[in-house]
Formats: sequence, structure tokens, C-alpha cells
Amino acid sequence: MIRTLQDLKEFQERQEERLRQQEATTRAQIFVGMGTCGIAAGAQDVYDAICDELKKRNIEDVVVAQTGCIGFCAQEPLAEVNLPGSQKVLYGHVDPEKAREIVAQHIEGGKAVSQWAVNGGGMLAEELQAEAQIVDYNEVPFFKHQVRIALRNCGVINPESLGEYTVRDGYRSLAKVLTEMTPAEVIEEIKKSGLRGRGGGGFSTGTKWDFAHKQPPGQKYIVCNADEGDPGAFMDRSILEGDPHSVVEGMAIGAYAIGANKGYVYCRAEYPIAVKRLNLAISQAKEQGLLGKNIFGTDFEFDLEVRLGAGAFVCGEETALLASIEGERGEPRLRPPYPAVSGLWGKPTIINNVETFANIAPIINKGSGWFGSIGSDNSKGTKVFALAGEINNIGLAEIPMGTTLREVIYDIGGGVPEGKRFKGAQTGGPSGGCIPAEYLDTPIDYDNLAKLGTIMGSGGLIIMAEDTCMVDLARFFLDFTQEESCGKCPPCRVGTTVMLDMLNRIVEGKGEAGDLEKLEELGKNIKAASLCGLGQTAPNPVLSTMRYFREEYEEHVRDKKCRAGVCTALFQYYIIPEKCKRCGICAKVCPVQCISGDRKTPYVIDQDLCIKCGACMEACPFDSIIKR
Amino acid sequence: MQMLNVTIDGQRLQVKEGTTILEACELTGVEIPTLCYLKHLAPEGSCRMCVVEVKGARDLKVSCATMCDEGMEVVTMNEKIYAWRRFIIEMLLADHHIDCFSCSDTGQCKLYQYALDYGVNEPRFKVEARDWEKDESNKFFDYDPHKCILCRRCVRVCNERQNNHTLSLNGRGIDTVVGMPFNELFIDSNCVSCGNCVSVCPTGALSTKSSKHYRAWEVTKTRTTCSYCAVGCQMDLVVKKGKVVGVEPADGHSNKGLLCVKGKFAYKFIDHPDRLTTPLIRKDGVLEPASWDEALDCVVDNLQRIKAESGPDAIAGFSSSRTTNEDNYAFMKMMRAAIGTNNVDNCARV
Repeated sequence: MIRTLQDLKEFQERQEERLRQQEATTRAQIFVGMGTCGIAAGAQDVYDAICDELKKRNIEDVVVAQTGCIGFCAQEPLAEVNLPGSQKVLYGHVDPEKAREIVAQHIEGGKAVSQWAVNGGGMLAEELQAEAQIVDYNEVPFFKHQVRIALRNCGVINPESLGEYTVRDGYRSLAKVLTEMTPAEVIEEIKKSGLRGRGGGGFSTGTKWDFAHKQPPGQKYIVCNADEGDPGAFMDRSILEGDPHSVVEGMAIGAYAIGANKGYVYCRAEYPIAVKRLNLAISQAKEQGLLGKNIFGTDFEFDLEVRLGAGAFVCGEETALLASIEGERGEPRLRPPYPAVSGLWGKPTIINNVETFANIAPIINKGSGWFGSIGSDNSKGTKVFALAGEINNIGLAEIPMGTTLREVIYDIGGGVPEGKRFKGAQTGGPSGGCIPAEYLDTPIDYDNLAKLGTIMGSGGLIIMAEDTCMVDLARFFLDFTQEESCGKCPPCRVGTTVMLDMLNRIVEGKGEAGDLEKLEELGKNIKAASLCGLGQTAPNPVLSTMRYFREEYEEHVRDKKCRAGVCTALFQYYIIPEKCKRCGICAKVCPVQCISGDRKTPYVIDQDLCIKCGACMEACPFDSIIKR
Repeated sequence: MQMLNVTIDGQRLQVKEGTTILEACELTGVEIPTLCYLKHLAPEGSCRMCVVEVKGARDLKVSCATMCDEGMEVVTMNEKIYAWRRFIIEMLLADHHIDCFSCSDTGQCKLYQYALDYGVNEPRFKVEARDWEKDESNKFFDYDPHKCILCRRCVRVCNERQNNHTLSLNGRGIDTVVGMPFNELFIDSNCVSCGNCVSVCPTGALSTKSSKHYRAWEVTKTRTTCSYCAVGCQMDLVVKKGKVVGVEPADGHSNKGLLCVKGKFAYKFIDHPDRLTTPLIRKDGVLEPASWDEALDCVVDNLQRIKAESGPDAIAGFSSSRTTNEDNYAFMKMMRAAIGTNNVDNCARV
């Protein structure tokens, strides 16, 4: 049991000693990234292959362990090999065969397989791979530009080990606030740090805590919103899977600050690994007395429970989330009263996002001054972005606020694949908007994004290239929000449906004059009149793409053309007769046999039968087939 | 209780702390359109109709759920408010089965009225109808989900006031529909046919079967007290051509807008052919019509005879719960004081 700061220090020292021993007595340590992303990419097979190969070779002095996601999803499955005294090697795209080879060459042979290493030749062109040297992680562009605060332990520690968390100064901040600081001082420190909510709203965390703190003493709650629902966003999952104790500690500090003794983590059930590791972290913390009664020998008592969300996007809205925890239908209710005044079961409740909580312990530990020195004027610290879409390095990147979009996309993200032209980036998921290429050099922070008509949101960053149709993109996001509307208020329930119907017609080539004006009118009205944040932001993807790419909408409606060649009703595959070499490959690959021709006559596509799968265009060796 | 000074459309007034803007508007006589709001139910602000402008606030406020503040200045109509409300009506009409010609609610439908008020003549938008079926299984009322505007008054009155928990919401988003758990029919549910959901429905989604036979402009309403039990529920008899065709709850002290199945639906005895219209006296084993004088003489004679022959405790009195408290009290007094027995009871066990 950890009862005092001294106990914590001793616990930490024992863990450090254990790790030192481990390093001293083993030939190597291998860490396999076993977040959802890693496992989905086949990390379990890699893990098993490594263990099996070690066994076959009778190598016993190697530790194989799992870790959370390091963020480099494009390279999953990832495995790190750590030989004492030499540079760590991070292997990407590992499969069981590569894993066995790594054991043979690197573990047994002592020589890193540089061409597979992310910090070696793994990301270089083939001809450069063999020559590449293993470099420090921080030399790898993907990591080089990042500042990891919320993700400080992800991919670094074993997320199922409390010991390893304490080695990274875990629970030091909790000990500090409980033994050295008053709740008011904690709130002041968080206020001074400038931390703003990372779930999307961007409200000052310290100020929010102060509201609940100022409510009369009595039952209060602290809730962690882990109902991450934006398509393409997985920051919170990664933190919960890679560093669950950081959330537990952040919540305990928050609970102390506002005077709560009970907390809930509302986590979506689609995150089974996150739930498992979170529950494990909670039970470990309870076992060591870091949760429960008399924490660090003080009067402070705090208990934490995980509640599962059943998959409704709207339950990420704080009042709907509370209704769901209470066992009611997951629907938002009017604010005010705000949850800080009347929340869970009518009691003062603070709800923060996973990433916000993960930032708390470092702020306490290193001070608000340190945190405030990172970031831009009104947006302090860092933000984790989930890079997705048309970008080479799909993954998680934590960047200081104020970093430009260009740096994120080109330096960290490695640019757009296949040399395609960057067209725009969607921030804030289905509630956000797009940023077109001309604003690539805008520093990313809350205020600048708002000026561009989008939002920071929870950190989804979807990159679009020239072959993305902006109308179809907006339709995709609206399709999502329309489906996820709870149905409580008419603007969102009916309005999003009407807008979606209209967009569906437009991408099918049935748009009519006046549609765009109606879309804008509807969008503005839905934003103004909806009850909760879901409806108030649902039209954003449409309004913002209309703002920057209006000509594409007009082409769809007026000319019945989709310049990106995405809306299948608006283009045809066409074989240019002059270019056709009459090889017949297109006809062979066509799944519906709609291409005819012979050695003497150029091939022709029967447009009535064509299903627009694009197989012919891909197969044509002479680039004779185009979309038009 | 602290009083607050507020101004509504330039009219100054004092209201008690805890008064909503909507309630303050009512005090000044300013009418605000509402759909989900219902007195005696917690406001939920979901229909978005009752918005007003509060000076200094960034957005329009739903008046049903916004409390008055000291010095608050409220504007209840301007271009922005008009456009907002008009938009709400357009959205509701886009997803509404419009058959006002045959709808039994025509003439009292709130949606119809507001559409007229806000100039929504022809809907510009239309949402494709879902394959919901009408539920006509209840003996007294019908339910047509295609006319429902999801104000949820029915659900809330069933859960919060009748506490029967029959109605809830199924589905979500555009597929949200008021219904019973597992989509069962009214007849298969735990519904007690109190009809309060029907009474509060602002459209023709929930309508009494009898309402198909009259229109709002053909009827008069007469306030009366329900005769079924001693609660004294206030209600309005809906009368067409001298016949009671329906009952609507009134906001009486004891019932606050609620009625039970008897009060709401069991009024047909009024014109029923089996109903007794004169006293009957059994003569030689056959009940024969008699005048009130004859009947009362008969009762008095016999009570006096029995009391003389066998003492007062040979007599018992049993009165009907369908009389008022006052009548029951007088009856009890008569039994104890005039006849001299404690053998008196009442069937008030509804």
C-alpha cells in the first residue's frame, strides 16, 4: 500500500531497480505495440512469432512485452528492439516472418535489420534502404516535430503496469496536490496553465473546475468523457490503451480540486482494450491505495467506475452522456443549468475529455509556467491530432499549438501519397469544417480555426487530395450526423434529413437551381435553432465546403459534373478511340462484360451497363481510359 | 420571496423569483407559441418554438425554460424570432402527414394554427414517410405516428404525471417514434386508457375515436365536475347539437389537467337507452316508473316502519361515489342523526 509520498518514492525505486535488473540480466527487450491499431494490423501474430522463434532458438534472456500505440499507425504492426548500450530500433510493418528474421539477425546476430526499421531505412526509397543507418527516434520526421505531453507514456511503457507508470513520475502529482496544495491552489494552477478542454469546446479547464468547486459542499462528481465518436479520431483510445493511469491520476486531481469523491469514465463499448486496461488500472490503483479512502494519508477519498456507452455519437455531448450514465435515453437536455452546477443526478459534475485529464499530472508536476510556455497566445500546450485520409503517415501526432497545418501534413505526416495535390483538411470531424490549401500556413489553434469557420474539435484531421469530391465529403459527414441525431429537436432531426436528401440528389445529378441557396439557409437555421452541440455543428461540413469550394457544388448542380470523379452518377468511363491499342485487357477485367471491341475496332464501353467500378481504367496499360 | 423587475415588449412588471419568461409573458397577456411546453410538466425546451430575444444575450432563448432575471428585457417578436419559428414549423411540416381536410384535429391543431400564423402555406421540404403503422387497437383512441411532431407531451404526461410508464420513445434521429416498448400495440401494453396522452396531443396524432364525428367549430364546451368519484376533477363536456361527444380535462385544483379513463371516456351513459330517467317502484314484483313524490314517500314510509319494528341498526345506507363529497356528507349525517345508525358506507374505491 502506498500511504505517503515516501511510500510512492520507494515503490518507484523498486520498479526502477526491477527494470535495471531486467536490462542488466537480459540480452534484449522487445516491445510490441498492442493497441487496437496494432492488434488489428496483426500484432498478436507478431508477438506470438517472436516468442515462438525465441523458444526455438533457446533464447531465454530476452524480455518480450506489450506496449500501447506509439502513434505511427501507418507502420503497424510495430516492434521495438532494445539492445542494452545501442540505439533502440523501431521496426515497422512487421509480420510473423519478418519477426522471426529480426530475432535471428538482430537478437541472435546482434545486427539491426536496418531496412525494416522506421528509424533506419524502413521509410526510405528501396534503393536507399540498405545504406541507411539506425538513428535516434527524434531524428525521424514523424517524431521530430512532436511534443508529447498527453501521449508522454504511450508506446513507451507497458500500459498494464502501475510500476512503469510510477517510474515515469506517475502519481507524483496526485501526491503533491493532496499533501501540499489546497483545492483552490490546484484550480489556480490549472487556470494559470491556460489548459483548454481538448474534447472540442475549448473551454478553460481551470475555470470550469472553479464553477463546481464554488458549489456548496456535498455530493459532486467528476466524469471523463471517453465516448470518442468522430469518424477517424482515435486520440482518446490511444491514451486509454497506452497510458490509462494518466487519466486515473488526472481525474483524482480534478476530484480533489472540485470536492468530488466519485468519478465515472464513460467509455464507448467499441473500445474493449481501453476498457480492459482502464479497469485494470483502476483496480491496481485501488490495490495500492491510490484510489479509495485516505489517499496519501489524507482525508481525501475517491472512487472511480467505468460506464460503457452503447455506441451513440450524441452521448459524447455532455448532458446526453450524463443521461446515459443515469440509465436514461441518451439525449441532451437544455443548458443552463450547466453540469458544473447541476449534472449527474442533479449534483455538480465536471466532465472533461480523456486528453484533458492526461494533461493534468504533467501540469502539476512541471508547473503551469512550463505548460504555458508551449503553444500560442490563447491556446496553450499541445494537441493530439489523428492524421487520416490522404496522408502518408497515418497516425497520432501531438504537436504544440500554433504549429502550422503545413508542418503537420508535410513534416510529420509525410505529405499526400502518390504525389497528389493537397486539396484541404477537415478538422473537428463531422462537427468541424475544412481548411483549403491556401490556408496551409495558418498556425493551428482554437482561435485561428474558428476564424476559418471550423473548430479544433477533439483532434480528427482528415486530409483530402485533389481526387476528393468536396460535395461527397460533406454528404458523408452529414450522413453520419443525420444518422446520429437523437431526434429530440426538430431542427436537427428533420433539418439534417432534409439537407442530406438534397445532397443525395445533388451527387446523383438530380440537383436543381436554388438547391444551394436552400442548403445554406437550412444549414444556418439548423445551427442557430438546434438544442445541442450536435445539431448546432452538424451543417458545418456543408457550409464550410460551400464557403471554399462553391464552384464544385455549382458544377454538380448546373453541369452535372464531378471534377474529382467520385460521384458515380456524374461521370463516365470513356475509352479514347485514338489511344486504344485494342489489347482487350479492359474487356477481360470488366466484371459486367460491358466492354466490346476486337482487334480491328477500338473497344467501347456500354454506358447503360457500366457499374463504374473503374477496373478497366486501372487495367488499361496505355492510359486510354479516362473519366469524363 | 424576492421580486424581479422585468420588461416584456416594453411593458414593465414584477415577477416572483423562479418565474420563467413564458410565465411572465402570460402575465402580460403576450402570447408565445409553444408545442412541447405544458403546464405541470418540467420544461424541456425541445420544440424550439417559444424563443424570445433577451437583451444582451447572444442567442435567442427558449422562454419556457429560461428564468427571469432582475432587469431582464425581453422582446417577443422581431424578424429573427419570426424567421426562427417559421423554420421550426417548416421542419415539422416537412415530416408531417398533411391531411388537414379529414384530420379530426382540424380547427384545434396547434401546428395548423402556427403554420397559418407564420405564413407557411406550402411546405418547401418533404421527408420521405417511414413505414409506421397506425395503432387503432385501443377502444377509445387512435394513434397515427405520421402526424406526430415529437413534442413528447404524451410521453411525459404518461411518465411524469400519470406515472404509468407506457409510452416512451423508440428509434432515434428521423426514425424516432413515440411508442410502447418493443413496438407493441396499445391494447397489448400496460396502458390504462386514461387518455391523458390524447388530451395533451397538440396535433391529430393521438385522437379519440369519437372526435372523427365533430369539428372544433361545431362544438361548445361546458365546464363541470366529474361525477364518477369524489376527487372532483374539473372537465369540459364537449357538446355538439345538445349531445356530449367528448370530454376534455380542465386545469382544476384537484386534477391539474388530468382525467382517468372514466372521466375521459365513460360519458356515453348520458344518452344511453338503458339509463333510468324516473324513479322505479317495485309493485307486485315488477319495477314501474313513479314520480319523485311517490318514490320518496315509499322510502320514508318503509324506513320509518323498519326502524319502528326492528330498530335503526336494521337499516344500512350505501351511497354512490358518483356523488359529490357534500352529498356524501349529508347522506352520512342523515343515516347517523336522522335514522340513528352507523351502518353507512360508500363505494369510493375507484
